[in-house]
Amino acid sequence: MRFDSVEGPEEGSVGVTFGCPRCGHRVTLLTNPMETQLVRSLGVKIGGREVPPEPLEVVRTSLARQREGALEVEAEGGVVWVEAAEARLQRLPPLARPMARMAISRYARERGRTTVTPELMDEYRARMGF
Amino acid sequence: MPKRYRDIVGDGGSNILAQVEEFQGRLRARMARVRKKVAVTSGKGGVGKSVLTANLAAILAADGRRVGVLDADLNGPSMAKLLGVRGQRLRLSPEGVHPAEGPLGIRVLSTDLLLSEDRAPLTWEAPTQQDAFVWRETMEATALREFLADAAWGDLDLLLLDLPPGAPRLPTLAGLLDLDGALVVTIPSEVAGLVVGRSVELARTHGVRLLGLVENMAGYLCVACGTLGELFPGDGESLAEASGLPLLGRIPFDPRIAWCADRGRPYALEHAESPAGQALRALAARLNDLLWEEGAER
Repeated sequence: MRFDSVEGPEEGSVGVTFGCPRCGHRVTLLTNPMETQLVRSLGVKIGGREVPPEPLEVVRTSLARQREGALEVEAEGGVVWVEAAEARLQRLPPLARPMARMAISRYARERGRTTVTPELMDEYRARMGF
Repeated sequence: MPKRYRDIVGDGGSNILAQVEEFQGRLRARMARVRKKVAVTSGKGGVGKSVLTANLAAILAADGRRVGVLDADLNGPSMAKLLGVRGQRLRLSPEGVHPAEGPLGIRVLSTDLLLSEDRAPLTWEAPTQQDAFVWRETMEATALREFLADAAWGDLDLLLLDLPPGAPRLPTLAGLLDLDGALVVTIPSEVAGLVVGRSVELARTHGVRLLGLVENMAGYLCVACGTLGELFPGDGESLAEASGLPLLGRIPFDPRIAWCADRGRPYALEHAESPAGQALRALAARLNDLLWEEGAER
């Protein structure tokens, strides 16, 4: 069986899917919330990493009661965020927003895009995950 | 025949070992630019570790050293307040998260800068907070590693790590990075001596180089008449002797220390000529000698 994908965490649980490389048969293992949290607390990513972790990844994604505006990022030139993309960004925890903004803006610029849209965010998420 | 653990090749693609090695690599690269890393510990709360750390940082920075302070007391952070950086925003750049900048360019990182309000405790997102306590220690060790590895500390002569009360944080740090030593802070009381003795033994077990003992609140300085009276009945000298550590300094208690601490202004700079100010300066000089003069370059 080969690793295929990770879903979640949702309510603390992660679904890790493995597939048979020959016939395509897939099996999903569900973790219990305690195991999931333990693995997450180590800062490792189930399924491996394609890109290095962003700064303070665990703190930003796991710290409760975060201060608004604790982190600031210099605006990326030449990239405009449309309203719907901005609204979606606001759904992230306060400490995660500046990092996501910086990473997605950089991703857009590297691809010659001048506008960040929800579709571009989906594209980024599919490639990098955030 | 069922498969044994050793028969299973790999970990399903997660490559956990490589991820952990990558973390360690980033930490090593970041800390390679920090000449000396010193923990300030005690084993017991309320002995004045944080105030001492802030004042040592200020004296050494005033002497031209490039100093950083990591508030390793994640649950009871005070360094941001003591060094007057509360509320500062942390700038994010491709280099990482830039620590707050305190007096004399001291770089400060503390959970206080990330939490939403004064009374917000350090908690982690979890299905229930009762669950969170089970893996809290792991989470805190990871947070410490991130503060060390992901902050743009830059080139530093000294990084001071202000530890929380209790013994376990020092071994955690010693496992993360190559500490150049630890200062052990105590007050002249039997209770403090008992607890400090235990943390000294634990530090030795983990191979941490103990630079020496600092006796804080060694007498009470009357700001009205300038006399030094006894505050606690014990003495640091016998504790140092019993622990086999050199006594690096005795810092008398001056009420203005608390006044300055509340305002984020290092006492040792504002009252440099007072007995406590001079004692702090002598301690900083001793630390400087231990780290840079006495064949300490390792």
